[in-house]
Amino acid sequence: MTVQDYDKQVATEIIASVGSRPEMLVQILVAFIERFGWITEDAIRQLAAELNLSRAEVHGVVSYYHDFRTTPPGRHVIKVCQAESCQAMGSRELSAHAERSLGVKMHSHTEDITLEPVYCLGNCACSPAVMVDGKTYGRVNAKRFDELVSTIQEQG
Amino acid sequence: MARTKIFVPRETAAISVGADDVAIAIARHAKATGNGIQLVRNGSWGATWLEPLVEVEVDGKRIAYGNVEAADISDLFASGLLEGGEHDKRLGPIDEIPYLISQDRWTFWRCGLVEPLSIDDFCAHQGFNALEQAFESGPDAVIDAVKESGLRGRGGAGFPAGIKWQTVADAPGEQKYVTVNADEGDSGTFSDRILMEGDPLGLIEGMLLAGFAVGASRGYVYLRSEYPLTRSIMTRAIELARETGWLGDDIQGSGFDFDVELHIGAGSYVCGEETAMLESLEGKAGIVRYKPPLPAIEGLFGKPTVVNNVVTIASVPNVINLGANRYASYGVNRSKGTLAFQLAGNIKRGGLVEKAFGVTVRELINDWGGGTASGRPVKAAQVGGPLGAYLTAEQLDTPLDYEAFTEIDAMIGHGGIVVFDDTANMAHQARFAMEFCAIESCGKCTPCRIGSTRGVEVIDRMIADENRNDNYDLLVELCNTMEGASLCAMGGMTPYPVRSVLKYFAEDFASAQGVDQ
Repeated sequence: MTVQDYDKQVATEIIASVGSRPEMLVQILVAFIERFGWITEDAIRQLAAELNLSRAEVHGVVSYYHDFRTTPPGRHVIKVCQAESCQAMGSRELSAHAERSLGVKMHSHTEDITLEPVYCLGNCACSPAVMVDGKTYGRVNAKRFDELVSTIQEQG
Repeated sequence: MARTKIFVPRETAAISVGADDVAIAIARHAKATGNGIQLVRNGSWGATWLEPLVEVEVDGKRIAYGNVEAADISDLFASGLLEGGEHDKRLGPIDEIPYLISQDRWTFWRCGLVEPLSIDDFCAHQGFNALEQAFESGPDAVIDAVKESGLRGRGGAGFPAGIKWQTVADAPGEQKYVTVNADEGDSGTFSDRILMEGDPLGLIEGMLLAGFAVGASRGYVYLRSEYPLTRSIMTRAIELARETGWLGDDIQGSGFDFDVELHIGAGSYVCGEETAMLESLEGKAGIVRYKPPLPAIEGLFGKPTVVNNVVTIASVPNVINLGANRYASYGVNRSKGTLAFQLAGNIKRGGLVEKAFGVTVRELINDWGGGTASGRPVKAAQVGGPLGAYLTAEQLDTPLDYEAFTEIDAMIGHGGIVVFDDTANMAHQARFAMEFCAIESCGKCTPCRIGSTRGVEVIDRMIADENRNDNYDLLVELCNTMEGASLCAMGGMTPYPVRSVLKYFAEDFASAQGVDQ
């Protein structure tokens, strides 16, 4: 997971490369998340100015989409699928295991790992599924979950 | 001497269970043992339960090995992998695997077979033939063929694609758009993903046909953010098509201009609803629009717009290549052609099964799926995603036919089938349906925004046995209000799974008490 301090100059370059037009707002925010990890108040201010939108309009879009987090994530992000196919294969138990073993609840984070629910990763023939730092893993049981966590912890 | 071709899928599900590691191990081992190989990263055949599925080309035959792990590779090489040698994991020739050969692969026939990001391979497998034929026969002929084929929208609503295309073609205006809904958010579905990862150029050809037919010069693919690999494959496919003159101005000297832009979603389920998707494509929050006006008349940026699902669009090239009549000869009643069913949840052999309409849910679950993964009896199957009804074990004999499903208050939707064994508590599933609606509601209409939250509360009271009977009646009433008064399918169809639980699994409310949510 990339988390970099917000940089106005970099942001301007991203806006220019995606397209400095109001209809590109969602796509610019997607690019901001990839680059900075979260949407800062400065980003909202800058987008409003550069796209000629009100801050309220930008804020409305940011707050609508689940992906546009407005607080910094941990260095690593683990998403555990909560949707029906994974439920049928024990995702409720897996989520409970994840919360217990990491010592955090969904939507919160340890120093370096953010734990989040996700509603379908499209890996439903390999349920339950988990996404770690943007990579999807299938047939994840508690043991495999712990291995995935150890791997990212070793990476630091 | 030609190097032996080895195929290892570059597809999300295969990679999620180790296909990348397998590919690396094969490359390393081949190098270390001095064997020249050509590693091809194909798409998936859709037999996901066999992933990672490795194939070796021997004398023009592709020999498959299933559930290969990186740790197996040295053993496989020792057993003569490069000659298709015997091994516990050897499945035999890919074109003899029962799960695959018993399907009707109309739309997914190139998935697994070809190298997804090779224009040459695509063209060697009839790629762009349909488009070239369309350039000769003209746009009306394309629309007529789609109408004649009986193809209906595969995203869930089942609206006849040809009529939609005709409406857009007939709508006045210079600027028109083709938008592809790749926001595959329904749990239990992954056919759009398998198609885009395995045959991205096939989708582009379908979009070109749609654009040519209706007179659009721009196309958009709205892809969900949960599919990062699909994104990189689609991005490259669009670049490839541009580089080779299959997208852009004056395509192959035809005078037809068309380009495609890939837009990425941001985790909103409702953006799979067509008008919310259009809002999102315009850079706004994905809040649904009132209909009318229909998107075909006033869609993206207020212009006439085709909105179709990935599979709908990708089905069109073969409608042109093989004939609309032939497509219409598959299926039953008003459900013509094939659908890519997806077997998911508690299933032994999960994956994609493209089959003509009319097959029953039970046949899919038993004959292809091999029953539950746990080996326990099937308790219920949710067909059509989170807004689809839970079918009882008795209802599994319902043929997959849009109208037959409507008759039992269920829907086929995008063709996902999620199987639950007898350990599932259906009251929890009803609660989840309401909870999911509360999380994902766009908030525009009250029945969906407020009703879903009240629904969770009512179900919690039923589970806790507070006036269970009164709350049952209240929940029925709430479902009726949501169904009748919501703006879109999110609030309007969340009652389907809830009602099916009330009707067929009511006893689960009593046994749900004290169980973890």
